[in-house]
Amino acid sequence: MTKVTMTVNGKAVSAETEGRTLLVQFLREGAGLTGTHVGCDTSQCGACTVHVNGQAVKSCTIFAQDVAGAEVRTIEGMAHADGSLNPLQQAFNDCHGLQCGFCTPGMVMASAALLANNPRPTEAEIRHGLEGNICRCTGYHNIVKAVLQASGQTDTQGVAAE
Amino acid sequence: MQSFDLVKPSTLAEAVSALAADGAQALSGGQTLIPVMKQRLAAPSVLVSLGGIAEMRGVAAAQGVLRIGAATPHAAVAREAAAHYPALAKLAGGIGDPAVRNRGTIGGSLANNDPSACYPSAALASGATIVTNRRQIAADDFFQGLFTTALQEGEIITEVQFPIPERAAYVKFEQPASRFALTAVFVAKYANGVRVAVTGASNDGVLRWKAAEERLSANFSASALSDLNLSGADMMADLHGSGDYRAHLAKVLTGRAVAAS
Repeated sequence: MTKVTMTVNGKAVSAETEGRTLLVQFLREGAGLTGTHVGCDTSQCGACTVHVNGQAVKSCTIFAQDVAGAEVRTIEGMAHADGSLNPLQQAFNDCHGLQCGFCTPGMVMASAALLANNPRPTEAEIRHGLEGNICRCTGYHNIVKAVLQASGQTDTQGVAAE
Repeated sequence: MQSFDLVKPSTLAEAVSALAADGAQALSGGQTLIPVMKQRLAAPSVLVSLGGIAEMRGVAAAQGVLRIGAATPHAAVAREAAAHYPALAKLAGGIGDPAVRNRGTIGGSLANNDPSACYPSAALASGATIVTNRRQIAADDFFQGLFTTALQEGEIITEVQFPIPERAAYVKFEQPASRFALTAVFVAKYANGVRVAVTGASNDGVLRWKAAEERLSANFSASALSDLNLSGADMMADLHGSGDYRAHLAKVLTGRAVAAS
């Protein structure tokens, strides 16, 4: 076992790891941050998406020891300090961008990375940018609307019901 | 996944020495190797991560050649190669999905030589040189069949050198679930001729379509291909498409790549 330390949502977190310990296991079992979900465990569904040094990655397909020392951001690090939702999370809420919610942590993290690289994406760029994240409930339309709203391009409040 | 030790050297020399251990295997971005290990189709006893070796990352162009460090992720190639070799940058920006492109690397893709991967077609169509810790290998000699390359035990790709073409394009007919190529074609036009590489088609992995190269070298237009046909006999066949379908697709995509270049 090897002790690995990372900065997760601004706090130093350490846990004992094996070589085969995945980043998502480090986060869920080591750091106790269970907001990051394991969906497919085969790097296809994107539910486990987190940011490593500012870049979206699939945490089920990275070994914890390979990113020792990294700055990691998870869904738990997205809300404001007072617990209120950030604009992207609020947009998912407003636009009904989730139903069962299982994919949502990954969707929010992938969308946040998309907006960091492209602050005003077109609808096509959003759909292309989220193609590594699978949702079986929403049909994606309301997720796309949420990202459009969060990027300040539309006021889509209430549009989900249309 | 079976148990192993992970080591992460910071120099190429340390990586070469770590790879000499029994059962050692190189780990680049891991976007193929880690899923394969989860299925227990690979079970190395030591994984040597190449992600900490600064000398193996980066994109630089000089004297008509684009040099890409083997551990450079696809997302970085998509950004940094765009000004020098747009067709290659576009290929890199279309691999997998954004999260995969932040981890997966050019060296890993070439070393794996998946018969439906994108990068092998770019390397072959560009007549690229694959540089390792031991030697330089021409792309024509590097790809040796399904998941098979000229790499020897303990040999690490350090850099890939692409001669920059006059014109080029990569057109991928995407398998929508995996986003690998169902079939894809890379066409590159150089002063001394045209090269055409087809991926996602042959049972033997990426291939050069030399008949098309001859026609296009004489007349660089899609119409030059009109009476050519690839045989579907040695093409991959699965529920997504028969061998004949892939052969036909390769011809159509070659024409589209010429038009798009």
